[in-house]
Amino acid sequence: MESTNAKYVSQKISKTRWRPVSSSALQQPHIFATGSWDNEDNKISIWSIGDHGLPGMEDELEGDPQLLCEYRHDGDVLDLQFLDQDRIVTASSTGAVTIFHHHQNSQTISVARQWARAHRNPCDNAPCTGVVCNSPEIVTVGEDGRIILFRADQEGAVRIIENADSNSIHAVTFLRTTEILTVNSIGQLKLWDFRQQSSSPSQILSLTGDRVPLHCVARHPNQQHIVATGGQDGMLCVWDVRQGNTPFSLIEAHSAEMWEVHFHPTNPDHLFTCSEDGSLLHWETASHSDMPSFLQGGRNNSMISRSAMAPAGGNQSLISAWLAGDSGKGRLETTHMLPSQTLSVNSLDVLGQCLVCGTDEEAIFVNRQVPV
Amino acid sequence: MSHHRIKLITQIHFVLIWSEAFLKGDKSLSVNVSRSGSSLIHVVRKDEDIYSPILRKLFNESHHIFVGLQTIREDLPSKNKKPQFVSISKSYRSVIRACMEELQQVVSILLAIELIWNLCEVLFIDAVPAGSLLLHLLDWVRLHKADVDEKAREVLSSKLHNLVTYVLQGRLEEARQMLAKQAAQQYADKNMYKLMDNLLSKMPVYNPGSIHTLTEFDVKWRHWHEEVDRCLQDKSFASNVHLELICKILVGDEDTLLEHKELLSTWYHFLVTRLLFAHPTIKPTELHYYAQSCMAMFLDSRSAPETLDSILLAAFDFDIHQVIKDCSIALNNWWFVAHLTDLLDHCKLLQSHNLHFGSNLREFLLLEYASGLFNHHSLWQLAVDYFDHCPEFGRVYLELHIERVPLDTERKALKVLRICEQRQMPEQVRSICKIMAKRALRNNRLGSALSWSIRAKDAAFATLISERFLQDYCTRGTFSDLDLIDNLGPAMLLSDRLTFLVKYHEFHKLYGEKCFTEAAKLLLSLITAKIAPRSFWMTLLTDALPLLEQKEVSQTHPHLSLGLYDLTVICVFWSFQEEDIELTKVELLRLALARNLAKAIVKEGTVDA
Repeated sequence: MESTNAKYVSQKISKTRWRPVSSSALQQPHIFATGSWDNEDNKISIWSIGDHGLPGMEDELEGDPQLLCEYRHDGDVLDLQFLDQDRIVTASSTGAVTIFHHHQNSQTISVARQWARAHRNPCDNAPCTGVVCNSPEIVTVGEDGRIILFRADQEGAVRIIENADSNSIHAVTFLRTTEILTVNSIGQLKLWDFRQQSSSPSQILSLTGDRVPLHCVARHPNQQHIVATGGQDGMLCVWDVRQGNTPFSLIEAHSAEMWEVHFHPTNPDHLFTCSEDGSLLHWETASHSDMPSFLQGGRNNSMISRSAMAPAGGNQSLISAWLAGDSGKGRLETTHMLPSQTLSVNSLDVLGQCLVCGTDEEAIFVNRQVPV
Repeated sequence: MSHHRIKLITQIHFVLIWSEAFLKGDKSLSVNVSRSGSSLIHVVRKDEDIYSPILRKLFNESHHIFVGLQTIREDLPSKNKKPQFVSISKSYRSVIRACMEELQQVVSILLAIELIWNLCEVLFIDAVPAGSLLLHLLDWVRLHKADVDEKAREVLSSKLHNLVTYVLQGRLEEARQMLAKQAAQQYADKNMYKLMDNLLSKMPVYNPGSIHTLTEFDVKWRHWHEEVDRCLQDKSFASNVHLELICKILVGDEDTLLEHKELLSTWYHFLVTRLLFAHPTIKPTELHYYAQSCMAMFLDSRSAPETLDSILLAAFDFDIHQVIKDCSIALNNWWFVAHLTDLLDHCKLLQSHNLHFGSNLREFLLLEYASGLFNHHSLWQLAVDYFDHCPEFGRVYLELHIERVPLDTERKALKVLRICEQRQMPEQVRSICKIMAKRALRNNRLGSALSWSIRAKDAAFATLISERFLQDYCTRGTFSDLDLIDNLGPAMLLSDRLTFLVKYHEFHKLYGEKCFTEAAKLLLSLITAKIAPRSFWMTLLTDALPLLEQKEVSQTHPHLSLGLYDLTVICVFWSFQEEDIELTKVELLRLALARNLAKAIVKEGTVDA
């Protein structure tokens, strides 16, 4: 792809995330953070793709990510999220949860707060596998089966759900401000409501009879009941959490573990997935008119009429294009976004028209012209 | 030349120039740097990662010197302080020199590798025939000279040097341009300059795409060569030393060429130049003869040829195996020989050179290289692909290495498992899953341990974990990890104990939902199927107790009661042998059973009218 630059960075990248852009400014993102894994000295790094090139650099390097600053990270960076414009939270394989502060004036990073053994086992480390933020709240999950709720300004944990899961929890996302959804290594999605005091999930969903581990989960930006998950067998599932125990769509997306799935934040008819098989796919539901499918009236849209599970009494025009009963190829366009890779694409993030991803081949790819 | 390489060389060049200039107090350069808005430190950090460890040494050692400098006593008279300051200055410089040397070492190794590879490409891979051969060799020499002499060219500003350099490299267009400038200034020798320009413009250059054959080119070239020789004999340039020199070079005079050793700088440059002006139609097979003689002429007869020289000579000799062998010895890592040999093998240039343990040369080198990679904490993933493409021993090597990758997180274990499963390595899969299961068990994560055992299809371990679950139940009275046990599906059949665990929990669920009949049936099947561990029989019977009292069971399913009765009898006999059975329990059971039996007999005896 002509608009995709590859940059080799001498570290295996486990996570890449764009720094959020303020909604008022219509600019494209130009700063992203990465975390590394499997190094003796892991790091988090902050990069820029703006017109920040040093004068005197050749023209062809413009758009090449430039390293702004980096900081040593104890353990693999298993998850990374921006808490706000200046702060980044990471989940470590040592079980630590750390808030880093990026000082933009001096381009340095410092540790703002760390919960060193947030996730732990009696004998060994328990890696913290997922973190999600809704400033100032931070929720983390780990291989010890714990769910922990922190507040950025408080020293201790606000709430710990011990033994939330008998197996390792792989990822977490917010459904609403007080509800989260976790996925685990036996293929279960669990809904947790923080307003309740119990340590049981309010709902458990799974593909019956299937114990395929789930690795990632993402919520539709506009419709809070729609989530997408990706698992070990590379299947992409789209669920409606209000309805029943089975996913709406099951798509054979990849030939190996799917590590991340993202809805595009402003254009959710587009979905992105990346996998151990080395591919990064862009999924686009094709509608019959120019209007986004979920804004169309019920009668004309053939997708809705084919949907087998329309919610009773629900407003049909608000059914998302993702909830079609089958994954007929005619209505779903898939594009490979990277030249063929031999090793895993571990992480991706998409914001505006920009996509960034990191691989086990120690490369970062940036695409600034994603067709959304 | 790749963009990355240019960037690399430029950056190193920049750092080296900066440090030299700084030493000389070259203010203009340091102003440049600061004007760009960044200090040396900032610029230097942009370099490729391999250089930052070396520059870290610079920062650490200079910090040490700096601190030492601050502690020089203020009260000493200046004449005593001066030698100390000089010595500190020398310390700073030696630190800089040490870094330069290390950087240069890395760069010089890369340059040597590139030089050898380039020659191998010309001679072996591209295998250009006579005519084109010389053109490619010229390119090869020019490229290398450009790499090495970028710095030199800026320092050596002598016009004559530049002119001669152009001619030696066969860059006659540039030479003509320089001469034209000189001619404009030296009106007196106008005719001579014109003659020289004429000669230079007429030199035939082989064009591989043209319709003329090599022989025709050879004829044309010989005519030209004779013309140049005539000019020399006629002493046409005798009065202009420079033009005479150029004429001698054009005619290929060896002594003249040797006089300009420092411009040629290497014997292989001398070789190519000599061939350019004496034997431009040289055939590949004739190369080694000229290479030998040129090396002998150029180098000091006393000093032994360096490793690089012997490698190049072996290449000119078309002795591929010797090149590979010498490179393997000379370079301290296998990267270069492994990749080059693989490429040459694909070009079918290596004879199947069987080594004593039966694998061929290409495979041997790739195995060595990949094994080295596997020992790296991060780069082991790359090695997998190399092993995949070693048909004889690759798989065995991979099997041995993959089990030794440290597994700190589940995510890494999953990646390793994916590699094993893709290549059908069930032993390794089992062993890795077992390691993860053991670790989970050690941390009391029974659910996780069970999942890993199921993935490993390890019945023995699954049994062990199920026992733990059951023990937990006995001590606590409740089950843990129900989300897992309820959802095992067909995996529960892996081990008897596991099946029992699942079914037993199901029994409790049924009982809790008041489906007593179903519960009783299940309990009976559990007992009769003999998958319950003996230690659990008492518990099972205790569970049977309330069931026996349930009307539903005793009245509608008398055979259930009979079955339970059977078992109780067995247990009661057994209990007389065991010391620690609670006798009250047994008594209660017997009572309940007797009552139940009575009811059953009564019912059976009653005939519905």
